[in-house]
Order: sequence, then structure tokens, then C-alpha cells
Amino acid sequence: MAVGIIGYGAHIPRRRIKVEEIAKVWGADAPSYKKGLELREKSVPGLDEDTITLAVEAARNALLRAQIEAADIGCVYVGSESHPYAVKPSGVTVAEAIGATPDCHCADFEFACKAGSEGMFVAYGLVKAGLIKYGLGIGADTSQGAPGDALEYSAAAGGAAFIMGADDSKMLATIEETFSFMTDTPDFWRREHQYYPMHGGRFTGEPAYFRTVHGAVNGILEKSKMKPADFKYVIFHQPNGKFPKRVGKQLGFKPEQIDTGRLVPTLGNTYSGASPLGLTAVLDAADPGDRVLMCSYGSGAGSDAFILTVQERIKEARGLAPTTRWLLDENVRYVEYGEYAKLRRKIRLAE
Amino acid sequence: MPPARAWRSYPQTYRLEAARCRSCGTVHFPPRLICRQCQSRDFETFRMQRTGKVVTHTIIRTPAAAFAGDAPFAVAIVEMDDGVRLTTQLVDLDFEELKVGLPVRLELRRAFSEGDAGVIHYAYKAIPVRS
Amino acid sequence: MRDVAVIGVGMQKWGELWTKSIRDIFVESALLAMDDAGVDHLDSMYVGSMSPGIFSSQEHLESVLADYLGQHHIPGTRVESACASGGLAFRLGWMEVASGLSDIVLAGGVEKMTDISGSEATYALATAADMKWEGLSGVTFPGLYAMMAVAHMERYGTKREHLAQVAVKNHANGSKNPRAQFPFPVTVEQVINSVKVADPLNILDCSPITDGGAAAILVPADKVKDYGKPGVRIIGSGHATDSIALHGRDDLTTIAAAAKAAERAYAMAGKKPEDIDFAEVHDCFTIAEIVISEALGFFEPGQGGPAVESGATAPDGKIPINVSGGLKSKGHPVGATGIAQIVEVVEQLRGAAGERQLKQARVGLTQNMGGSGGSCLVHIMEVM
Repeated sequence: MAVGIIGYGAHIPRRRIKVEEIAKVWGADAPSYKKGLELREKSVPGLDEDTITLAVEAARNALLRAQIEAADIGCVYVGSESHPYAVKPSGVTVAEAIGATPDCHCADFEFACKAGSEGMFVAYGLVKAGLIKYGLGIGADTSQGAPGDALEYSAAAGGAAFIMGADDSKMLATIEETFSFMTDTPDFWRREHQYYPMHGGRFTGEPAYFRTVHGAVNGILEKSKMKPADFKYVIFHQPNGKFPKRVGKQLGFKPEQIDTGRLVPTLGNTYSGASPLGLTAVLDAADPGDRVLMCSYGSGAGSDAFILTVQERIKEARGLAPTTRWLLDENVRYVEYGEYAKLRRKIRLAE
Repeated sequence: MPPARAWRSYPQTYRLEAARCRSCGTVHFPPRLICRQCQSRDFETFRMQRTGKVVTHTIIRTPAAAFAGDAPFAVAIVEMDDGVRLTTQLVDLDFEELKVGLPVRLELRRAFSEGDAGVIHYAYKAIPVRS
Repeated sequence: MRDVAVIGVGMQKWGELWTKSIRDIFVESALLAMDDAGVDHLDSMYVGSMSPGIFSSQEHLESVLADYLGQHHIPGTRVESACASGGLAFRLGWMEVASGLSDIVLAGGVEKMTDISGSEATYALATAADMKWEGLSGVTFPGLYAMMAVAHMERYGTKREHLAQVAVKNHANGSKNPRAQFPFPVTVEQVINSVKVADPLNILDCSPITDGGAAAILVPADKVKDYGKPGVRIIGSGHATDSIALHGRDDLTTIAAAAKAAERAYAMAGKKPEDIDFAEVHDCFTIAEIVISEALGFFEPGQGGPAVESGATAPDGKIPINVSGGLKSKGHPVGATGIAQIVEVVEQLRGAAGERQLKQARVGLTQNMGGSGGSCLVHIMEVM
């Protein structure tokens, strides 16, 4: 039976901060950061937004497109690096808020930036196994970058939700193939009780991101006996604007296949939301019959790859909730570094 | 707020569950045991639509301690499309946009938490409707 | 039910009374009232106090205070109706004498607000609002009244200046009140430029945090001559509640509990708004006085603002309001306010209001309310 996405939704906070704003505070050279990262600005969550609120609103948008009863959802998985609690899953609040409780499986996922695609993968798997009717997989983050560190320019906030099902009449994009590639590669990590993550500098590039993405993409192409030219769109995990272009080129993809799903130049890196949000932007634009390849990446390290075929119903469903480009381009307000620091809780308050 | 007190109202704060009197149709949010209009005790619960409009508003400049970091913030009484009024923060807007009649939509946001170790309370907040 | 009269009142100077505890403050004001009445024994006492548990870590207040007043074993009752606690104590004292159960009852009020921090005090006061359904928005008391102001301005064109003029009038009146917390004048510019609290209200639109007490002695009207003190007859008492949350009211531009309580008091007294010579009303925020003046029937809906501007509520106006200085200038120790309003009316009706004495003072009205209008008590008194 065909299993795939029957509903998808995105949610991006309204505020943005430009690279120049951050650079001027730390005495860094903005143009070289912009050029080096191919990134102009990133999203900033409000004090009242977190992974749970982003996940809930993304899930509500997915429900608008799926047009199903939330009570029929059999699992809710939230993948993030910034779950609000260390112990108490984000998923229960999402499930409660949309009305999927109580007969629902729930778990929180973490695997750096690929926690979202994990949730999608497991939800898909449960539907495919016939254990549940519909499954909800969400990637959402409000990640932190250490002040003055390179990651501060890109660590952003956003969320994407996917409802998986086997309902032909509701199908938006079938999932034809999946492939996961995983090794122990310590490129980026955060210890318990530490506020900011750490990373291995240039080690995060070739031996980590590139090696892993190559592994997953080559693996799925081989398994499905397909080649890059077969795809209309490809979405890569996007820690900055350069990596997805470079890895795409290395793997034989062209810029026009990569562009629609590459949101990072004005969004930043939404970590567990990154490739999932890229996928929502592609679904907002794709035509029935288009083939899509999505490959996430999570430091530590691993990648989940998916091959999808867009279905007819996408045309009627995409307008039922805000498009990702609208969320990214139309609904914005810029902040200065002071407000940014307050919103990101980088300012030490009185006890 | 004790966890139990917050938890009891999740159907309202998370899902906007209201009760409609089966006798006279008056909607109560939060639900009650006896109808304010006709004293009937027979209700049906339903989830309200998330849209409404601002009936009156203010900007809180000196907040209570629990909301100290949020100031200044806008608060409004919103008349929901389902007929009830509620009091809520109005966020993601420039104060210049504040006006009676502003169409808004309710989203889930963090309401407050007891310091860094307490439970995080989520509830509805209003944001302006933008096409 | 028999007629009841007030034969003694007492209240000390209000302010931040660092050296006085809640017990001291109550007893001091109670003794002033008892001395004024010429009594040394009470049949029963009622004390209004909103949050002694939070402000003074003390509940079971009637037990403490009856004892400290030296009135051993008398029936004592502490009542609470947020900022209307004093008015409620007065009504219950009146009921006990009117019913024939008691012949000398003290109705007092007290609040000791300044021991705890400003933010703890704000929390205590916030419990007069809907802690669940208004509280989750972070709205403060000034915020609720600010929203009432915005609604009133939107509907009737009431101006920011009208609100400021209430504060100016009440401070001018309070400058003549030796017991007031802030007995100094203010200008419209000062009010509008004072620290912003909740748009459009500034700090000078808001009543303060105060320590203070007040008390009144009630006896049957036909026994007043036995005491040889000038008595004042209670001719009307009205009491009403309304939705605690502002968003639950039918009309945001009025306070229905005040209108209803007034209606009941007028009916009992056989009086109409135009029969009232002067009134002490609950100006917890400047907008409240404007809205209340309409709800009490002194002005048409929407005309409360222009009324202040025209001087209609000044001491030499058609209906002087808050000649004492109101909550704004006199202070607002929550539970005591309702009784302090009684003190002013009694002194005016006796001709003993000193510099504030009104020429025409035969029928006076008090209006005391809780929260944003969730409860209200109105009393009408007349010279004997």
C-alpha cells in the first residue's frame, strides 16, 4: 500500500535579525560572514515561543491540510535539540493541544538536527506497518548559538509537521523509499546542563556533514535505482547557505533543483526544523508527479533520506494553510541585538 | 500556579473547549455547571473557532512579578467569533496596530513559568490576522 | 426592621505607618470612633479587611482585633469583598442593629499593606480579579481599568484630560483633609506625564498603597438621644455582585454592580439621584470615578467626563464627589476605604468637616466596590 504525507504545515516566528546586527556587537566582519555562510538574516523566537509552541502551530497547519480528525492520529513525535524540558516530552503537550490524546503513542526524539526527520521516519514506519492510521512527525527548534561564535549567526527557530497516512484519497506525496546512514562522529555536541553546544570547527565539514550526506544519498539512490536527474527537487540539511549547494553539486544535482528547498539565507538554520521546513517549501511549489529527495543531517552523526512523489491532491491542499514562503517573507519584523539578547535569554537576570 | 490547577484547564487553554447551553444556546468559556442565562444544567462541549476581534485593549507597562520580563506587552479583551469574550495578551504586533475592532487569531504560546525549575504553563495568546 | 444611625466615627492619618501593626491601626481607629460615640462597650463588631493573610500573615482577624480592642468575648466577624470589604462590614453592622439583634455595633475596616514588597502587594491585590482567566494574560488592575477607559473613550469620546481632571480635583480636595496620605495638589500636566502604568493610565491616575483603619459606631436611631452625640440616619443600603472578570460583563463602559446596588439603595431610601447632595465614590483609578458617576445616575452615560471638566463634581458643583480627596489623595488601605467614605459623609452631615465642609449637606451617598466592579455597596445617609 502507498504510504506518505497526507498533511504538512510550517511555523516560523515573526522576528528576524540581520548578520550585520550581530557582527557589529562582536566586532566581526559582516560581509565576510554573509559571504562565507551565504546567510543574510535569521528568525528569532519571542520569549513566549519555544519548541512546543512552534510544533503545535505547525501541527495545526498540517491538520488544516490533511483535513482529518486529530483524534485519529496514533502517534505524535517531536524531534528537537531544544525541548523545553529535560524530563517531560514536548509531544504530550502537542498531542493534548491538537486533541490527539489519550489513545496515542508519544515520544520525543533527539539527534542534533535530524531529530525532526527521525520523527517523520518512525511515524511513516508505524503507518506502513499497519499499526496506526495516521502518524504525526514534527521537527522544531529554538536553538542557541554561543554569543560571538560562528553559530550565533545561523542558529534560528522554526518548525515543520507532517502527518503520515495510507489514505489514497488524502495523499499529498507518497514516500517511495527511505535510507538512513549513521556513524559515531563527534562533530557537534552539548553535554547535559551546558547552555550552549560545542563543535569541532572544520571537522564539522568534510568528515561529518559531507561524508554522512553522501552516504545517505548514495545509499538511497542505489537502493531505488535512481539518479539525480530523476528529481525535480532536492532538499539538504542547511546549516548555512553554502553546504547544501556544495554537497548538491558534489552529488550531481543542479542549483535549480536545490533552490526551492534552500531557505537558510533568510531563515537561518532551524536545526531539527531545517530540512523538514525545506520540504514544506517544496511541497508548496511542486506539481503532481514531481519526484523529491530529502536528506537530513544530524551531528553525531547521521542522515535520513526520503524519496517522495508528489500527488494530485497537493494542488487543493497547499492553499489551506500559510505557505512557508509567506511565513518567511511577508510576516517579518526586525530586531536589534539588545532585544535579540533579551529574547534569547542571553542576559543574566536577578535571582 | 500549582500544576493541578493549570492542568484542569488544559481543555480551555490548549483547545479552547467551551460549553454551549442546550436550552438557550449561550456559550460559556470556561464551561460552567449551570447556565448563566437560563439556569439550565445541560451543556454540549465544543472547540471554539480561533478567530475574533479586539473589543478593548491596553499596554501593560508595569507588570506583576511573574510577567516582569515581558513588559511592555499588550492585553486585550477579545470577542471570539463564537460569541464569548476573553482576556488575553496580544503579541507579534507593533503597538501602533492596536485598535478596537482588530481581527485576531489565538495561537498557543508560553504564558508563564515558575522560574527556571517550575512547570511551564502554555495558553492562548492573540495575534493579528494577516493575510 | 428598625432605623439605624451612626453616632461615632474615627480614622487616623493614613500613609506608610511603619511603627504601627495591623492590630495598632485597627484599635487606634476603633477607639477614636468609640470615643466619638461616647461608648466603651460593643455588642458586636464587623471588620472589613481584604487580605490580612497575605499582607500581615494573619487570618482569624476578628479574634485578634476584638481582644486587642478590649472587647472580650464579643461576637466578631471579619468580612471580605476585595476593596468593598469596608462597605460590606458597614452593611452587615447595619443589618445586625436593624434586625434588633444588637444595639451597639462597630463597623470597621483595616489594611496594613506596606510590610510586604511592592510586587507581593500587587499579587495580593490581583486576587480581586479573575486569577485564572484574567491572570493568565498578565493583566494588572490598572490594566483592567485602562481597558475600561479605552472602551469608554471609544464609545463616548471621553478624553484623557477628563481622567486627569478627576485626579486634580481629588488632590485639591485632599489637600484640605488632615488625614489624607497625599494632601497636596497636582496638575493635569503632572498626571499625564507621570510614569506610564497601563495605557492610557499613568501612576497619578492610580490610588496608592496605604496603611490605615477607620471605624463607625451604629445604634438604633431611636436611641441616639441616649448618647447625646449627633447621629446620622442610614436610610438606604444596596448590595450587588457582577461577573468578577471584566470580560464577563454585559457592557464594558459601565459598572452594573454599582448601578444595581444604587438602585436598591435609592429604592430603600425613597430617593433619586438628584436628591443626593454629595457622594464619596470608589476612585481606585480616575476612570472609575467617571464611570461610577454615570452608573449612580448623576450623569447620563458618556457624560461623566464632561461633567468633571465643567466642575459639576467639584465642591461648589452640582454634585460634589470625593470631597474627602477620594482614594486617590486620601489613600486606599483596601479594607478600610469603605468605612472612611462613611466617616466623611457622617462628618459632612454633622457639619463637622472643617475646611472641607459643604454648605448643602443633608443627604450623602457612599459607593464602595471590589475589584473591577465584581461587587458593590451603596449606602445613603441623611441628617437626623
